Amino acid sequence: MAAPHYIVHDKTDSVGVVVVEGVKKGQMLTGWVMQGNKTVRMKCLNAIPIGHKIALKPMKKDDTVLKYGHDIGKVVAAIKKGGHVHTQNLKTKRW
Amino acid sequence: MAGKAKKTTTKGKAAKQIKRDKATRRLSAKSDRRAKSERRTGAKPAKRATGKTNRRTKAARRASAKPTRRTKADRRTPAKRTPAKRAPAKRMTARRSGGKKPAFMGWRRKNGRVGIRNHVIILPLDDLSNAASESVANNIKGTMAIPHSYGRLQFGEDLELHFRTLIGTGSNPNVAAVVVIGIEPEWTGRVVRGIAKTGKPVIGFAIEKHGDIKTVANASRKAKEYLQWASELERRKCQVKDLWISVKCGESDTTSGLGSNPTVGNFIDKFDAWGATTCFGETSEITGAELNCAERGKTKKIGQKFLDTWQAYMDEVIEPHKTDDLSDSQPTKGNIEGGLTTIEEKAFGNLEKIGKKTRYIDVLGPAATPRKGPGLYFMDTSSAAAECVTLQAAAGFVVHLFPTGQGNIIGNPILPVIKLSANPRTVRTMGEHVDLDVSGILRREMTLNRAGNALIDITMRTCNGRLTAAETLGHREFVLTKLYRSA
Repeated sequence: MAAPHYIVHDKTDSVGVVVVEGVKKGQMLTGWVMQGNKTVRMKCLNAIPIGHKIALKPMKKDDTVLKYGHDIGKVVAAIKKGGHVHTQNLKTKRW
Repeated sequence: MAGKAKKTTTKGKAAKQIKRDKATRRLSAKSDRRAKSERRTGAKPAKRATGKTNRRTKAARRASAKPTRRTKADRRTPAKRTPAKRAPAKRMTARRSGGKKPAFMGWRRKNGRVGIRNHVIILPLDDLSNAASESVANNIKGTMAIPHSYGRLQFGEDLELHFRTLIGTGSNPNVAAVVVIGIEPEWTGRVVRGIAKTGKPVIGFAIEKHGDIKTVANASRKAKEYLQWASELERRKCQVKDLWISVKCGESDTTSGLGSNPTVGNFIDKFDAWGATTCFGETSEITGAELNCAERGKTKKIGQKFLDTWQAYMDEVIEPHKTDDLSDSQPTKGNIEGGLTTIEEKAFGNLEKIGKKTRYIDVLGPAATPRKGPGLYFMDTSSAAAECVTLQAAAGFVVHLFPTGQGNIIGNPILPVIKLSANPRTVRTMGEHVDLDVSGILRREMTLNRAGNALIDITMRTCNGRLTAAETLGHREFVLTKLYRSA
């Protein structure tokens, strides 16, 4: 089984995690959805560092971001599918 | 350190210890089968044992100026190990991976608890006594001073926690004997009396009316006596139910939630079924997943006890003291560098450590000893690695599992900290800190079950004497939790 570029915990998640180093802008990536053991493919829009999140679908401001099938915060700047998701566009709802 | 302690014994004994370590490394898998075969053969192995022991004792006598006293039980111990040498190691490891309950060689203390290290510690009561304690540890090679920053003018719950942490540290079964040094005799005596309840050798020295130099001389003589006594204590076969295991993650990133934390979770599910005592903490870091955590309580009441603890932390610590939205502290800068964006994301990754099935059976105060028997416990702790691990060590846990993403390098003086990482970059750039590489999970080369078994293997080897990366690198972070300013 080929090593994936990104991994998704839950099939309902809106983000995945890049798990290899050196992912480049515009690269075609292979993903692994752990729940259900599915292989997916997607083009990434940014150079995303290892461990950082990639958007699995377009999201607009105030949307809830799901990971592990749970609410991990709200979108504070619109995100395109394949875009880098981090502190610039995602924020906690807690503090 | 246990390793150093061994050096103080004779050459012959040290050589045997190394040989034994090799055998015990492979031992855990075989122990069950061996125990069975010994039961079957009855008196026969005992006879074989005697022959072996005679040779062994002779050699030990030759090498040692001071002949070792051995009880009948002692004589049987080495013989039990002999079949291990004949067994092919690989096959046995595979057998354990099939789900056999592992065993290990540990030190059973007078109070029945089992340790995996045999430290003689020099424990300062207060900041003022660090210098004398470190002098004693410098005089007596193989003892270890545990300096810290507090112990003066504390009061109320903060003082209680100070005593509970020091007494708990001295009482931990990884500690064979303790020399306590304090500025004055009253509080020093309180720590000594607390540790003495375990039945282990402990003595206190007060500096006032004597000065550092005389105190160091007297304490050194006693420390030497304790160390030589401890160096002759032998490991005995112990079972998983004797093992108290704590977990805490640090410098987490998204790979923690994907790989290293679920590996610990897989381990916890297996050890919980085997009757081990386990513990997780990090009150603040469960924020965002607190309701999910509450659901993992054995009963609704225990879940509620967790929620009350979490809420109290919010109300008493976070709310009154925060100056911003905490986004720069939780997640930490390291977490953010590693790709974690929010506390909720961090919390769900964190909770992966307690597995899929295991439910916690009680909620402990900081440094409080579990009283409800085997099972998983939640402890109210800070999420700062050294503070949390110090409290878990003080509660009596003897081995620690520490998953990390970006590479937290923490250790503890008395509690061996086993580090695992699923981040291939961390394993590559900071390999000397990592005891177990589970990055294969992210490449789909390693299943969680296999990773969990690999963690069982390295843990049992650590219990049998293998030094952790943190031990070899000298990481002895001992950080007391301070609840508020002193009087």
